[in-house]
Amino acid sequence: MTLQLPIYLDSAATTKLDPRVLEKMMPFLTNEFGNPASRSHGFGWSAEAAVEHAREQVASAVGCDSKEIVWTSGATESINLAVKGAALFYQDKGKHLITVKTEHKATLDTMRELERIGFEVTYLTPETDGLLDLTKLAAAIRPDTILISVMYVNNEIGVVQDVAAIGNLCREKGIIFHVDAAQAVGKVKFSLADLNVDLMSFSAHKVYGPKGIGVLYVRRKPRVRLQPLIHGGGHERGFRSGTLPTHQIVGMGAAFELATQEMASELPRIKYLRDKLLAGLQQMEEVYLNGDLEHRVAHNLNVSFNYVEGESLMMAVKDIAVSSGSACTSASLEPSYVLRALGRNDELAHSSIRFSISRFNTEEEIDYTVKLLQEKVTKLRELSPLWEMYKDGIDVANFEWSSHDTQRDVILH
Amino acid sequence: MAYSNKVVDHYENPRNVGALDKNDAQVGTGMVGAPACGDVMKLQIKVGTDGIIQDAKFKTYGCGSAIASSSLVTEWLKGKNLDQAQAIKNSDIAEELELPPVKIHCSVLAEDAIKAAVADYRTKNSK
Repeated sequence: MTLQLPIYLDSAATTKLDPRVLEKMMPFLTNEFGNPASRSHGFGWSAEAAVEHAREQVASAVGCDSKEIVWTSGATESINLAVKGAALFYQDKGKHLITVKTEHKATLDTMRELERIGFEVTYLTPETDGLLDLTKLAAAIRPDTILISVMYVNNEIGVVQDVAAIGNLCREKGIIFHVDAAQAVGKVKFSLADLNVDLMSFSAHKVYGPKGIGVLYVRRKPRVRLQPLIHGGGHERGFRSGTLPTHQIVGMGAAFELATQEMASELPRIKYLRDKLLAGLQQMEEVYLNGDLEHRVAHNLNVSFNYVEGESLMMAVKDIAVSSGSACTSASLEPSYVLRALGRNDELAHSSIRFSISRFNTEEEIDYTVKLLQEKVTKLRELSPLWEMYKDGIDVANFEWSSHDTQRDVILH
Repeated sequence: MAYSNKVVDHYENPRNVGALDKNDAQVGTGMVGAPACGDVMKLQIKVGTDGIIQDAKFKTYGCGSAIASSSLVTEWLKGKNLDQAQAIKNSDIAEELELPPVKIHCSVLAEDAIKAAVADYRTKNSK
């Protein structure tokens, strides 16, 4: 097989739709176009049957009852519905929420919005390996704490939080526990039947399904109540109104079924590729792994190439599609807030690259990536005054740098 | 982000990468920026007895635009006297490389690097 360029190594951003999933979706984009809410004819009945089958597929993949599945437009909407919906419903019990600084913006921005309307939020700092210290979480709980939101798998560094232990703590204290599991399905083995989780958010497009469809799991026993955000028609038991997109729902059901079926055979292969990539990159000096390696999904590798700036490195390796924590990849000029929360200095945050491996990547692609990175990092270091200083034995971190802040202020403000 | 062809050209084939002897009285060195901000430029000029810049070298840690901006100024500096060198404006660099607004600071840094290198040379040679 010949190597196809560019190589896609950004599956944490989104995955390619699995052709087997597309095949299941196609009939519902063509002849089976009925509205699942139409009760008066066969078009509606067959669409409804397809939606309910997909609901069973998702429920069985995550270990819950199909009546606990609420279709949404994606993980961002699920998180909004979970966090805002629970906060608004239970606000008479208290107005304090807890989350972590390394959460996805979908959670952080939702929390900010709740702060704006009078809630109080504690943002916990994770340990330097990216994991949350449970004693710190327990210490942050107050009598008026009503909800804790923690992501299962971090999107940037791939670390896996101890959701079971956090769930036990929440249940003991009577606090609603929401988990953003967008990056967890097919990567971490879990069952909601074994976890004290009240709300869990899912996305299809991170799991080789279509974009624009997600799920919020809402526990029935003990029952969790939410104030809906979208009104009109009372679909999804009133939690989320709006006509159901049958084709996308069918796609999500098929994708989740495949993900859990294939996990056992897929994970060792992906881990082998990831470990090979890491070993290859670590042949170079001054390469740092971001986040814990052991408590991490097999798909993710996040490394900093010291003395090389992330965006210029991405430009140099344009044959591979990856993400960077460099400020220059965002409009804000701020380096990755996730890496900063781990205590990484700005320099290493600017130098970070996230590789995320999917079921479609091959060993040949990984070998090519290692070779390309070794070549380009070496080239950019030859260009780097910081590398020159490092080689001359100068301590770059404690060097007295010129008044860069004033220059920036002139430009940015 | 889509870069202009000129940025890509300078980035892929940077001109005048390297270092001059910073202890040489004929050499002026300017280092501006900071790693925390994501860009550091080191620019060096070698000035002849006639006051004309004979050689210019750079090393840059930063994004593609920062590398391209510094590469471009090394080309422009050669053959200029110090006053002409100091007259190079960040807007000239940004215009030549067609930098998007978010990357204008790269051209500002290049202008600062020129000023710092010229100042260093003048300090060395004022005694």
